[in-house]
Amino acid sequence: MSKPRTLFEKIWDAHVVHQEEGQPALLYVDLHLVHEVTSPQAFEGLRMTGRKVRRPDLTLATMDHNVPTTDRSLPIVDQISAKQMETLTRNCEEFGVTLFGLDDPRQGIVHVISPELGITQPGMTIVCGDSHTSTHGAFGSLAFGIGTSEVEHVLATQTLPQSTPKTMEIRIEGDGPLPTGVTSKDIILAIIGKIGTAGATGYVVEYTGAPIRALSMESRMTICNMSIEAGARAGMIAPDETTFNYLKGRPHAPQGAEWDEAVAYWRTLTTDEGATYDTTVVLNAADLAPQVTWGTNPGQVLPVTERVPNPDDYTDPTDRNTTHRALEYMGLEPGTPLEGLPLDRVFIGSCTNSRIEDLRLAAHLADGKQVASTLHAMVVPGSGAVKQQAEAEGLDKIFKAAGFEWREAGCSMCLGMNPDTLAPGERCASTSNRNFEGRQGKGGRTHLVSVPMAVAAAIEGKLVDIRQWDKENKGK
Amino acid sequence: MQPFVTLTGVAAPLDRANVDTDQIIPKQFLKRIERTGFGQFLFYDWRYEADGVTPNPDFELNAPAYEGATILVAGRNFGSGSSREHAPWALADYGFRCIITPSYADIFFNNCFQNGILPIILPEETVKQLIQKAQEQPGYELTIDLPAQTIRDEEGLSIHFDIDPFRKNRLVHGLDDIGTTLQHEAEITAFEQQRPKWSSRVQMPA
Repeated sequence: MSKPRTLFEKIWDAHVVHQEEGQPALLYVDLHLVHEVTSPQAFEGLRMTGRKVRRPDLTLATMDHNVPTTDRSLPIVDQISAKQMETLTRNCEEFGVTLFGLDDPRQGIVHVISPELGITQPGMTIVCGDSHTSTHGAFGSLAFGIGTSEVEHVLATQTLPQSTPKTMEIRIEGDGPLPTGVTSKDIILAIIGKIGTAGATGYVVEYTGAPIRALSMESRMTICNMSIEAGARAGMIAPDETTFNYLKGRPHAPQGAEWDEAVAYWRTLTTDEGATYDTTVVLNAADLAPQVTWGTNPGQVLPVTERVPNPDDYTDPTDRNTTHRALEYMGLEPGTPLEGLPLDRVFIGSCTNSRIEDLRLAAHLADGKQVASTLHAMVVPGSGAVKQQAEAEGLDKIFKAAGFEWREAGCSMCLGMNPDTLAPGERCASTSNRNFEGRQGKGGRTHLVSVPMAVAAAIEGKLVDIRQWDKENKGK
Repeated sequence: MQPFVTLTGVAAPLDRANVDTDQIIPKQFLKRIERTGFGQFLFYDWRYEADGVTPNPDFELNAPAYEGATILVAGRNFGSGSSREHAPWALADYGFRCIITPSYADIFFNNCFQNGILPIILPEETVKQLIQKAQEQPGYELTIDLPAQTIRDEEGLSIHFDIDPFRKNRLVHGLDDIGTTLQHEAEITAFEQQRPKWSSRVQMPA
């Protein structure tokens, strides 16, 4: 019998085109996603060397990072952004790449649209010039972010030289569903808090355990999305009935006999009994609480019931310095309770938390409530399709009635490349993935939270414990 | 790609951990469609006052002694965050050809090799000593010898560093990855012929 293998090893082995001793493996890429920010120099490289896109049929482009989330019928104010988007349009025409542009109803954040169209499938290798490509690992694919030189490499060859990463199992123990008020966002934030932002550097992570299996595809994507925030090369979850049910009938999913053939293969994509990981990290679901970041990287995170830490609590001088700098930037005093921190903005969106399930949950909590008068709150759907679905369900009306702004699809204030940014000193509860200095706008202060935590924060004008808030608001 | 063999230059200290790519080059500068000209925006939010023009006198690299530095010595987990290759483009355009830290984020590390930048990994204590030297003796120079895998200074310091032999060879010879891969064209084609036809279909079935 062959040696037991992990999910990662099975996918890796199935994609090695060429391997030589002491050299990286040449891996075949099943799907290459492209967006406007990290591709122009790659296409230019092809032009300069007279190369073509080898497999336009395995390449999909959209615009997300730069796009305005306001009225799409108006011209784009930022001329440099407009030029970058025009460049993508021109490149896709010249090289024959499918593009879902601004006027296409399928446009949206690249990591939202590919899964919802059924293009992302189990067992695939997927790359994109974007670190949050790890999102697609939720389907049991090997998906990772690459730089622009590698984008050019994949465009030209449909392959990528890769040295073999190590494997890490992150096992969430528990009997099933998560404690009340705890979401998959809290799982991944707690993981990063435990292992740090470099804790998984050099590893591909597989998330396992009953609480993971109980999660929807949207929630699984939230976890895999932020794998990169722990430094991981990729994050993955083995496919199961939840995965197959999600994919069945989606526009680009296999159909008929091909569907049966595909599912039969996908069912083999689990880690074998007896296969080993290079390392294992264990968290218990019962111990999890809603999380809030207090600092300037996603590893600087605590349960909402905790207080802002003191730099003097750290023995390592680097940690002490880092904490000191973070508190200075965030305008926080050690010992301040996280609960009750007053906010200026709330952002619900990003490739982490902008899918239909996120918006349904947000609307459910916001229904009949009012956003605090001291605060500005915004909901940005992840894709045109999510927006359309939300509007069909009347979610937009709930948001607008509650005082949230309802926008067009895009990355928006997750990174503020478009006009959606924080002003210096503004404090924001955000469902996005990075709280780096200046990420949402120079001088802006970001607290990463789950969708329910963001909604409650918007309504109260400050950070609150969703578990308490939910109890108090039942039936109101 | 420009080969990297030896380099003698001023070492600039950046005594911070987790320097993320949003700090190396903030998002508003990712809109350019060229590979060049990013150096002026390197560490933009740290380097300039709020007006975006006046150099911030408190930022380490603004000290005159580090002008023209080609080696950056920094804290652990350097280059975390986004995949933006604009980060190594900005570092290279500013003049850095070598970075020395205890650890890097994966994608940034890969991106350096694509741009003729040598990212050296050394134990945290050694990096701290180099940072201290660069701080205490402004203008402190190091010589990097990639074939010999050594870092030396004029005071007799000699440190060995490890590097993957494959990556080293590519850097020393300035090799183009795509050219190498295309030598395996026949294998790529053979691989494509055995892929299931239902796998990844970007274009809608007719």
